[in-house]
Order: sequence, then structure tokens, then C-alpha cells
Amino acid sequence: MAIDPTRVARFGHGSRVPGWDEAVDLTKDPEGVPDPATTPVPEELRATIEQYMARYPDHRSAAIPALHAVQARYGWCSPQGIEEAACVMRLTPAYLTAVATFYDMLFTQPVGRHDVFVCTNISCSLRGADELFAAFTEHGEGDPELNIRAFECLGACDMAPMASIDGHYVGPIRPDEVPGVLEAVRRGEEPLPDRQLERLKSADPRAASS
Amino acid sequence: MSAGNLVLFKDIDEPGLDTLEVYARRGGYEALRKALSMTPAEVLHELEVSAIRGRGGAGFAMGKKISFLPKGAMDKYLVCNADESEPGTFKDRELMQKSPHMLIEGMVIAAYAGGITRSFIYIRGEYDLQASKLEAAVEEAKAAGYIGERILGSDFSLSMWVHRGAGAYICGEETALLDSLEGKRGNPRLKPPFPANQGLYQGPTLINNVETLATAPHIIRMGGEEYAKLGAPGSTGTKLVSVSGHVQRPGNYEIELGIPSREIIYGLAGGPPEGREVKLWFPGGSSAPVLTKDDLDLAYDFDTMAKAGSMLGSGAIIVVDDSTSVVDVALKTAKFYRHESCGKCTPCREGTNWTVKMLERIDSGEATPMDLDIMAAVQDNIIGNCLCVLGDAMAMPIGSMIAKFREEFEAHIEAARARNELATTDEAPPEAVIQGAVA
Repeated sequence: MAIDPTRVARFGHGSRVPGWDEAVDLTKDPEGVPDPATTPVPEELRATIEQYMARYPDHRSAAIPALHAVQARYGWCSPQGIEEAACVMRLTPAYLTAVATFYDMLFTQPVGRHDVFVCTNISCSLRGADELFAAFTEHGEGDPELNIRAFECLGACDMAPMASIDGHYVGPIRPDEVPGVLEAVRRGEEPLPDRQLERLKSADPRAASS
Repeated sequence: MSAGNLVLFKDIDEPGLDTLEVYARRGGYEALRKALSMTPAEVLHELEVSAIRGRGGAGFAMGKKISFLPKGAMDKYLVCNADESEPGTFKDRELMQKSPHMLIEGMVIAAYAGGITRSFIYIRGEYDLQASKLEAAVEEAKAAGYIGERILGSDFSLSMWVHRGAGAYICGEETALLDSLEGKRGNPRLKPPFPANQGLYQGPTLINNVETLATAPHIIRMGGEEYAKLGAPGSTGTKLVSVSGHVQRPGNYEIELGIPSREIIYGLAGGPPEGREVKLWFPGGSSAPVLTKDDLDLAYDFDTMAKAGSMLGSGAIIVVDDSTSVVDVALKTAKFYRHESCGKCTPCREGTNWTVKMLERIDSGEATPMDLDIMAAVQDNIIGNCLCVLGDAMAMPIGSMIAKFREEFEAHIEAARARNELATTDEAPPEAVIQGAVA
């Protein structure tokens, strides 16, 4: 019983490893630290990154905060944004790209501007997270505004199954509520306001009564 | 038996507890005043006498950890590990969101005991609300003189910043957290040297979990000896447990260590839904080897859980009832670790990947019972062979599931094979079995 090669998941470029189709131009020299004279950086972004750099004994510590700032400005860690951050931090764009690709919340490809991260880890999946994620993908498919992803444990198993919607934890959500939730997200409103984490009381009855 | 006294959760639902005004009205920062009136050695002594063990997962004694820091004037660092990513754990989230000043006060006390002058809170990027609350609380504390130069008129100074991560389970491992905080990819480091000697920026570094640090003010307030009377011998104090999965009232509960596990799962969290029974439970996050319904009467403390072959870990109890297949649980667990393996060490990177593939084969009906032995051997080859314990954290629960539910795995294999109209294991020619196991 040999493995059927047609059943092995492959990327469009034929390899089972991601990233091999991303263009690398070997005729060019490696990119150095961007030259401030030729790299214009928006003043606001520069101020934010410099403020982060001042917090740490080693300014490289500001890498993740700087990439968060880039993502907040451009919607994703775009090559231009990374180059600007690298220029301010006096690092190579490759260094920041290496950092950005490591972390789940930093996107090196363009994404929809509304984050919908559905927790599909063990505790949530015991309470129906896989059905919830399927409902989100079904109803949100093809909408370029939405960035729907299955996420590992978001640390909110007490409101499972849940999702982090534009940074706000909401749960529990039933699959049949998904169309309404997405409608609210598209309108920029808070979905299911009474089920936001911010309003969740402690489960411990003694804490609630004291 | 009751769950005991409340320490951390006493005022947790008090409206506005996240503001300095309410926190101070409720006796906040009194412990800091008391600590600053003592010498650092006396504060350290109280923490040591309290015998509090780390609440993040490893259960290492907090006082001992501080005492490992070199003495003398140098740049020392305190890093609060708020990268709470262990599946099933959400206790630090509630503490940081509702009582951020308790953590800040604890950090200042711990830093004073260790002669530390710079501190950081590394919080996971997903905790947006909690990070905002902490940032606001740190600003308030700075303005009120609880953080900064010459705190409350003493000679002691401490800086503090909130640092947001960006989504990586591995950054909860202390050395990976340090790399991430230094602005690198979050890869773990070789130990030794331990962070107490060479940690952040190569300086001596104390790393503690949120809950451990938040307990420090209470230890100072009560006195170490008094605190040690709470809980069980070897596991002193109270612990926040996050109960989730198949229980009727999932949530955070504060218990005195040493109460029966049944009391937590059934008494506090209400047990599984009507008509169902506990099949297995993780006593300390998804990295802990699973226990079964026969272990429900064990006392919930560090030593008893270790003796039962598992661990208390972060105090996250995940309950799985008899309506769920153990294969599904194993596959979910293994997929998580495959996703989160940083890829630095081969046994973990490949071991997590192959474990997922083999579990998928079991599910799709391509496996034979022999695969279970291969899978168990893969787990054995991960444990102890990597820089950090991420691989072990998959190998231990998966290994324990295969050991305790082998019959169910075998039945699942047979059922899936029959479903695929393949020959059952007994009838298949031996050659095919072997090829099927290694292809």
C-alpha cells in the first residue's frame, strides 16, 4: 500500500514546503540598512517607532512593537512598511522580515482589515469551535474586508466557542449567529455586545458575592 | 469540603478595581509600603518562608529563584511572563484585566527583593484589552510614584514597560520569551546558563508568571508564615484554576491547593452535562499527561499530580466527557504543537509533524495497530532531546493517551479501515501491513 502522490497536499509550485515560489532575485546584492536620504518615512510612524526604541536598553527590542505600528498603518507588514521601520531602527529589512514571519499576528501578505480569529484549540473545539469556524468561512468567504483565521488557544475557554473580532473577545457564539455577527463587523459595530469579554463576570460564586 | 479562602479573587468583581483609586481604597499598595520599610533580605525571607511555587507551569519555588540572582550593583531585570498561551489557561487574563495594579505591586515587591531596577511585562499580542488595561495602570502607578525613581521616598527605583507579543506559544517558554523581548524570532536558548545568571541582554534576569507575582503583595501583607498555612504541605497557598471543556460552569476558580480534584470539576464547575461522564482530563493545560475518571479523587496539588504521572502545570483543567473520541483529542492536541513548534530542534519539529500524520492515518483508515507503537516510540525520542520542553509537552499527553486508551485507538483503526472497505488487520498480508506503517 504505497502513498498515492495525488493525495499529498502540495502548493501551487509543486513543492510540499511553502515559500519556494516567492521570488528571490539572485542577481541583486543583499539589501543593506535603508538609506534615510532615499527612504521617506511618515513622520507619525517614525515618532511611534522612536518612542518604542527609547524604552529598551537595546533598540532592537522594539522590533515587534515597530511591526505592530507598521501593520496598524498599512494593514499588513508590507515591504514598504518594513523598509521604513528598518530605516528608523537602522536594521536590514531582512531582519525585520524574519521577525515578522515568525509570529502569527504579523501578516506579510495583504489581509482583510477586519480580523476574525476563531479559536479552534482543544477546549473550544470540545464545545463546537470547528462548526463555528466552518460557519465563519462559509458566510465570510470571498469578502476581501475580512481576515478570517483559525487561531490556537486565545485564552478564553470560559466563553467557548469564541472568536477575537478586531481585538475584542466575543463568546460563546452559535453557528447560526454568524451571519449577524459578520453583518455587525462589516458595519464596524460591536457584535453581540452582551457577550463581550469585558462584561464577563467571574465564574467563582464566592468572588461574585463578596 | 469547601474550596477554602479567597486571596487573589477576593475583590475581583469590584467595579473599577482596575483603577488606582479603587485598588488603593481596597488596601492596595499597602503591602508595597510595608515591603519598602523592610530590608530586601527580609522581603526575600518572607517570600521564601511562604514556600510559594511558580504558577506558570514548572512550579519552581519563587523565593529560591530570586535568591539565585547575583548580589551587587548591576543591571538586573524582572520579566513578567504574561504570554499565557497554554491551551486551557485563562487565569492571568482575568487577573490582568480586572486587577492590573495587583500585578504591578507584586512586581515592585519582587524587584525590591532581588535588587532589580528594570522590568518588563511580556503580554501575548492577542490580549489587547488586558494590555491596554495594564498600560493604563502602569501610567497611573508611575504618576502616583509607585514606579519610577525613588519609589515612595525610598532609595529604590524601578522602570516598567508593557511589551506586546505577536502570537507565538513558544514565547511563553522563558528563554524564547527573552529572545522575543530582545526583538528576535522567539527561539529557545540552550540552558545553562540560566536566566538568573544570563538572561535579558545577557544580564541576570528574574522571570515569573503573572499569578506568582500578583501573590507577592498578599504574602507580604499576611506574612510568609501565615500564607504557608494555606493549601497543602509542599503546595502552599491558593491557586487559580481555569476549568474548561465539558463542564457546565467553565471559568476561573480560586482554590486552596490540596482539595480533591472532584471538588473542582464537579463541585465548582458543575461537572459534565447531564447524563455524561468524565472520560479524561488534563490537570494542567494540554501539555500535562491525561488522567482518567479513576483519578478524580486525587488531591489537586503539585506533588500528588506529579506522583500520578502528570503535572499541575498552569492549573488549567480541561475536561473531556465520554461523548468524544480520544483520537480526536489527540489529533487536536498534536496539531497545536506542530503549528507552534519553532523549528529549531529536529526531534520536536519532525516529531510533532509525524505524530499528526500518523494520527491522521488512524483517522482515515490507513493505519495499523503497529502504528501505535511507532507513534509511542516517536514520543519517547522527543522527550528530553530538545532545547525546551515544547516537544515534550506534546509527547507526554499523546504518550499517556496511547497508554491509557490503547483499546480505543485500536478499535478506531479497525473501524476506519472497515469503513474504507480495506482488509482488516488480521486478514491483510504482512507485507502490506509493514509498508503501510512506514510509507
